[in-house]
Amino acid sequence: MATETLAKRQWALPKIGIRVPDTLARIVKYVLYRGVALFVTAVIGVYLTVLIANMGGYLDTIRKAQIREQVGAMVLGDPTLQTLPASELRQRIDEIAAIEIQRLRLDQPFFLRSINYLTDALTLNLGRAEYLASNSGSRQVRLILLERIPATLVLSATANIALFFTAIFAALFLSRRYGSLLDRIVIAMAPSSSVPAWFYGIFLLLIFAAVFHVLPWGGMVDTPVPESTPAYAASLLKHMVLPVAAMILHSIFIGIYNWRTFFLIYSSEDYVEMAKAKGLTSRTIERRYILRPTLPPIVTSFAFTLIYLWQGAIILETVFSWPGVGRLLYQAISIFDVPVIVGNVVLIAYLLVTSVFLLDIVYALLDPRVKVGGERRA
Amino acid sequence: MKRFIGFFRELTHYRSAVLGILIIVGLIVLALYAVITLPYKEAVRLWRGGEEIWGDYPRNALPQWVTIFTGNSLPKSIILDSRQGGSAYKESKEVAGEMRTADIIMPFEYTSTGFPSEINLFLVGKSIAKKPQATMFWKTPDGREIPLGDTTVGTNERFAISIDQRLTRRLGGLSPQVGLFADPATVAPEAKPVPLQGRYQLVIEGLTFEEGSTLEARLVVYGKVYGLAGTDHRRRDITVALLWGTPIALAFGFLAAVGSTLTTFTIAAIGSWFGGWLDALIQRITEINAVLPTLPILILVGTFYTRNIWAILGVVIALGIFSLGVKNYRAMFLQVREMPYIEAAHAYGASNLRIIFQYMMPKIAPVLIPSFVTLIPTFVFLEASLAVLGLGDPVLPTWGKVLNDAYTNGALYNGQYYWVLEPAFLLMLAGLGFAVVGFALDRIFNPRLREV
Repeated sequence: MATETLAKRQWALPKIGIRVPDTLARIVKYVLYRGVALFVTAVIGVYLTVLIANMGGYLDTIRKAQIREQVGAMVLGDPTLQTLPASELRQRIDEIAAIEIQRLRLDQPFFLRSINYLTDALTLNLGRAEYLASNSGSRQVRLILLERIPATLVLSATANIALFFTAIFAALFLSRRYGSLLDRIVIAMAPSSSVPAWFYGIFLLLIFAAVFHVLPWGGMVDTPVPESTPAYAASLLKHMVLPVAAMILHSIFIGIYNWRTFFLIYSSEDYVEMAKAKGLTSRTIERRYILRPTLPPIVTSFAFTLIYLWQGAIILETVFSWPGVGRLLYQAISIFDVPVIVGNVVLIAYLLVTSVFLLDIVYALLDPRVKVGGERRA
Repeated sequence: MKRFIGFFRELTHYRSAVLGILIIVGLIVLALYAVITLPYKEAVRLWRGGEEIWGDYPRNALPQWVTIFTGNSLPKSIILDSRQGGSAYKESKEVAGEMRTADIIMPFEYTSTGFPSEINLFLVGKSIAKKPQATMFWKTPDGREIPLGDTTVGTNERFAISIDQRLTRRLGGLSPQVGLFADPATVAPEAKPVPLQGRYQLVIEGLTFEEGSTLEARLVVYGKVYGLAGTDHRRRDITVALLWGTPIALAFGFLAAVGSTLTTFTIAAIGSWFGGWLDALIQRITEINAVLPTLPILILVGTFYTRNIWAILGVVIALGIFSLGVKNYRAMFLQVREMPYIEAAHAYGASNLRIIFQYMMPKIAPVLIPSFVTLIPTFVFLEASLAVLGLGDPVLPTWGKVLNDAYTNGALYNGQYYWVLEPAFLLMLAGLGFAVVGFALDRIFNPRLREV
């Protein structure tokens, strides 16, 4: 849908003789503007998460329990206090915990506390997990999450990049052979994207793991983990085949269909006709007159695919036992590890905003209106 | 009306759309059938009732129609009850004083070429002070008599024959449901036992010791197939969940799609009519909403507050109000706003609300239809996704919950493909049916797509 509105806009052709400092300033200004806007978005998203999570007082209870536990360990472990009777020790723990709660402003009104939680979350000060631990044994939610990010990144980056290029080139190919059998097959297959990736994953597992036993059931590498780098890479690749295939199956047809329609609309523009009349090769026409003006909307739509993929990964990773951020969220839900759930949502919000921001920068570099400060009307 | 017929005729030009409409109609019929034949309370009771409802069903059984392809190797369940007569019969003789025999003979014909999955004997005794006693024998068609042991019978005794360790040892290590039915000629180390067909008998030699004391028995030889859709790990009939999953999926998808599309549409109309700060605010909220992680937020709500499907529906709609559709509709409304008839309405003093709701919105309402149809499968799958994560409605049986049960019990790993394929097939059907129709509608309402 986003691509459609963009397609309606008129694209200003680049003027000759762009003054470089001016362009740079404009790009910086645009990127800054988007950066601020996205930062505000992230803050609102995280604040919403905090509100939802703390509505039932969960965060407060957890924080207080953690403080009591820490204070308890400190007091009971103090050799100089060993001789005191149990009741006095308990009183002591209560006193120190109360001071600590006051110090951390947990006794303040909810609004102020929620701001505290917000700043904690934004600075990725995510607290300690209740049950889960990282592979290195740490209970720090931040470390647990950081450990999982590369796995998610490997999977989604591979699938997305493969998807993006396959879809664009297949679409270019089809827009040249518009109306052919292949073209019609792709159009007919486009609705298959209404089925989510994890759903294809189940079928792929059924076929390749359950029936034919050719590919693994899930996970990221074999156990025991291969020691040499090539063996590790081979094992990783073998485990990646099915999840990546599921992601590709899910969005390849709709991707090709959208781009093909888009390219067809652009190839009927007057300047393309003009280029044809000039006798330019179809390659040059494609590259310079069709692909070039369509790049900004391509990038925009790529940003939206990313948004859906970050979220879609939650279930896909669960289905394939892929040790990424999504599966972590599933594990945290099933054992009710609240700090991890909250931290994970915050992280996903961050990842979303960051990827959109990065794509915005690319957009600024590609969009002539940003570059030359063309007209800004809707 | 004429317009509607014309439009419908145009839709039938797309062969895929006709197929999609057939699928949708089929699903609606199935949903109506489910709601009419199986009232809500009954469905919940059948799905959550407990052992007394599904105790007689085999565990993890395949659907019954599988036997068409597999032949006779998958037996059906055989249930014999001395209280209900049938082929089971009782004999009672006086022995001495108040002591009487209470023999129960349960003969049945076993014709399958495969072994049953389980055997349970339920004994029901009635007594005041001295409980009745029972000694059980198993008689095979070739005349062998295998003792199954003896027991004192309380009010409700469950004698799980198939997990009896002593019996297993006596049968040479074969589990009872195999050993009791195996043809002795085929029982050898490293050979595959084959069941002996014919007339089997379970004989219970009972003794009651008091006036009015009785002994009743029920034998369940669990088969390997059950019903239209088979059973799950708790012996529940999956048909119930598949049937009731249909109206739930359709209602959830439909309400979520209607709710979010209509609110989005209204908001876009209001924003583009009033313009100014209100419009700007709506635009900014839309941009923020686009980057909000929807699924994680739903997961938070499901974990912390409620898994009730209708509450989740509310949250889904709320998150969908400021969807990207706002931008699309706004662009259209901005064009409508400049049209002469709106200007005329404004001139004769029509109120803002009248212009928005009666003049502007009906003008482009038709474009809602395709986006609304294509949205339905998204929400149907959203519900399934939440259920697969274990956040499904706690009470209602849904397709997603069947998938979740299958996933958590390793159905694929154990080769119980039917358990995964049945809900998956229905989900896929719903998804594709609506998507195909939505695509055709999109082409009809957006002529620009039709040209290319």
